[in-house]
Amino acid sequence: MDQFTINLLFVGASFAIYIGIAIWARAGSTSEFYAAGRGVHPVTNGMATAADWMSAASFISMAGLIAFTGYDNSTYLMGWTGGYVLLALLLAPYLRKFGKFTVSEFIGDRFYSPTARLVAVIALLVASLTYVIGQMTGVGVAFGRFLEVSNTAGLLIGAVIVFAYAVFGGMKGVTYTQVAQYVVLIMAYTIPAVFISLQLTGNPVPGLGLFGEHQASGEPLLAKLDQIVSELGFNEYTAHHGDTFNMVLFTLSLMIGTAGLPHVIMRFFTVPKVADARWSAGWALVFIALLYLTAPAVGAMARLNITEQFWPNGTGAEAVSVETIATDPDYDWMGTWQQTGLLGWEDKNGDGRIQYYNDENPAMQERAAAEGWEGNELTNFNRDILVLANPEIANLPGWVVGLIAAGGIAAALSTAAGLLLAISSAVSHDLIKGQINPQISEKGELLSARIAMAVAIAVATYLGLNPPGFAAQTVALAFGLAAASIFPALMMGIFTKVNNKGAVAGMLSGLIVTVIYIFLHKGWFFIPDTNSFTDADPLLGTIKSTSFGAVGAAINFAVAFTVSKMTASIPQEIEELVESVRVPRGAGAAQDH
Amino acid sequence: MADHSTHTPHAVSEADKGYWAANVRIILISLVIWALCSFGFAILLRPLLSGISVGGTDLGFWFAQQGSILVFLALIFFYAWRMNKLDREYGVEEE
Repeated sequence: MDQFTINLLFVGASFAIYIGIAIWARAGSTSEFYAAGRGVHPVTNGMATAADWMSAASFISMAGLIAFTGYDNSTYLMGWTGGYVLLALLLAPYLRKFGKFTVSEFIGDRFYSPTARLVAVIALLVASLTYVIGQMTGVGVAFGRFLEVSNTAGLLIGAVIVFAYAVFGGMKGVTYTQVAQYVVLIMAYTIPAVFISLQLTGNPVPGLGLFGEHQASGEPLLAKLDQIVSELGFNEYTAHHGDTFNMVLFTLSLMIGTAGLPHVIMRFFTVPKVADARWSAGWALVFIALLYLTAPAVGAMARLNITEQFWPNGTGAEAVSVETIATDPDYDWMGTWQQTGLLGWEDKNGDGRIQYYNDENPAMQERAAAEGWEGNELTNFNRDILVLANPEIANLPGWVVGLIAAGGIAAALSTAAGLLLAISSAVSHDLIKGQINPQISEKGELLSARIAMAVAIAVATYLGLNPPGFAAQTVALAFGLAAASIFPALMMGIFTKVNNKGAVAGMLSGLIVTVIYIFLHKGWFFIPDTNSFTDADPLLGTIKSTSFGAVGAAINFAVAFTVSKMTASIPQEIEELVESVRVPRGAGAAQDH
Repeated sequence: MADHSTHTPHAVSEADKGYWAANVRIILISLVIWALCSFGFAILLRPLLSGISVGGTDLGFWFAQQGSILVFLALIFFYAWRMNKLDREYGVEEE
C-alpha cells in the first residue's frame, strides 16, 4: 500500500470515530448540549480542554520554530503552559462561581454595562479571527501534504472541510468527541517522537532523551547539536541570541493571552463545582504538558536529523549529492514536500551537491569562497512542515506517517471549528440579538450565525494564503490581542472594584493600541506590504508586534484604574456580586460556621 | 449555578475577609514561584545558573524547555489542594 492510501485511511478512520461518537453521545443527551462539561469528571474535562486548546500552532508549528531557533523560542513552551497558572489561580474558580456561560456575559454583568459587553465581544471577535488565520495556515500545510497538492490547493480544500465540520456543528459541544480527538492527537505526536528518541538516544521518553546521550557520538545530544549547527555557521542551539527584554514580554503576552481566550475559559464555567474548576485547570495542563514536554525533543532531534541528512559524512566532508536526493528512499520526503511549495533546494554552483549552511556568517563565507559554494542551497524550509515531515525524515514506518497526518488535521480542525462556532455565536447572539435587533427570530439568528461563519472562514482563508507569519506566530498575535483586552477586564472584575467606565476605557485603549501596533508591523488588516515597520526593526525599542500584548495589557490596567478613580464608585449590588464571586458558597451561609 | 439570593446584603463577614486575605496570600506566593521559574531561572537569571550543567547544557535551558512546565503543574495542583482545604477551614465550601 502506498503512503497516500495509508494517510487517507488514517485520516478517514479518525473522522469516522469522531462522527460515530458524536452521534452516539448526542442521542442520549440532547439537553446537555450546552453544558458540555456538566457532570463530567475533572480528568475527562481536562482532556477535552486540552484537545480544544492544542491547535495547529502547538501541534504543527511550534516544534519547527524551536528546531530552527533553539533556546530563544522556549518562549512558546513557557508562555502557552504558564498561562494555565494564571487561569487556575486568578480566573477559573471565580468565573465558575459567577455561573454564566460566556466571558462577555460576565464582563457585561460585572461592569453593569451593555457597552462593556459589546467591547468584550468585539475584542473576542478580533482575537478569534486572528487565531483562525493561524489555524488555516496549518490546515493548508497539512492538507497540501497529505493530498499531495500545492499549499494553496490544500488550504482551499481544508477550508471547505473546516466549514462543513463547523456547520455540522454540535460535535464540538460533545466532550467525548474531544476526548477522542485528544487521544488521536497525543498518540500522533508522541509515537514518532518515541521512535526517534530511541534511534538517537536509546531512551524511549523523548523529554529525557533530549537531555540524554547521542548514541552515535557518545556525547550529550544537545552538545552534539550545538557543535554541528555552529560548524555550519548557525547560532548555537542552546545559547541565548535574541533580545532578553522582548523574550520576557513575549512570554508574558502568551501567558496572559492564554488566560484571556474565551474558548478555554468557557470550559471552566460548566464544571459541577468551584473545587472542580481548580482541579480541571490542573488536569488540562497535565494533558497539554504531555505534548509540551515532547515538543522541544521533537525540535532538537529533527534539527539534528535534518542536518545530518544534508551532511551524511560530517559537516567537514562533502554535502549530499543531488542524485542521492533524487534516488535514495531516505530522501523521499524532500520530493513529496517539494510538491507543496514549502520546501525548496537549488544547486546554485552546479557541483551536483546541496550545501546547507548559514551564508550570512562571515566565517562560512570564507569557507564557501574556498570551496566554490555560491550560497545556502537549501533555499526554502518552511518551519510549519517540520513536525509533519519528521517521521518521514527519520524513516519511520508508513503507519506512523499516516498517524501524524490524522493528528495534525485533528488539531487544526477541532480548534478552527471551535473558534468558528465562537465567532458565529458572538455575532448572532451577542451582537445582533443582544445589540442590534433583539426581536430577531430564531431562524434569523441561525442564518446570521451561518453567514458570520462563512464570512469568517472566507477572510481567514484569503489571509491564510499570505499569512502574517508561520502558524504559531499568527496565533501568538491572537494571544496578544486577548491579553491586551480580555484578561485585564476579567482580573479587575474579580480582584478590584474598578467601575464600568474604567473597564470600557481600559479594554478599548488596550485593544486599539495593540491592534494598531500589530497592523503597523504586519500590514493593515494583515494585507501584505501595507506595513510601515518590521519585527526585525520595530517601532518601539526591541518590542516585536508578537510581544506587544503584554504592553497592551499594562495600558489596559493603567487606563482602567485612572478612569475608575475619577468616576463614580460601583453600586452596592455590584459590590455584593464581587464579594459573592470570591467565596465558593454564599457569604450568608458562611456565617453559620 | 451561583445563587446570589442567599447572600446577606451590606455585610461582608470577618470570616470572609480572612478567607479572601488567605487566598490572596496563597496566590501571591504561588505567582512569585511561577515568575521565578519562568522569567527568572529560564531567562533573566540564566547566566547565574550557567555553571550548573544538565545533560549537555545548563540548568537555565532545562527550566526554559522542561522545568518551568513541571513547576506550573505542581503549582496548580498545590493551589487546588490548598484552596479546597481553606474552603473547609472557613466553612465556605459548596455542599
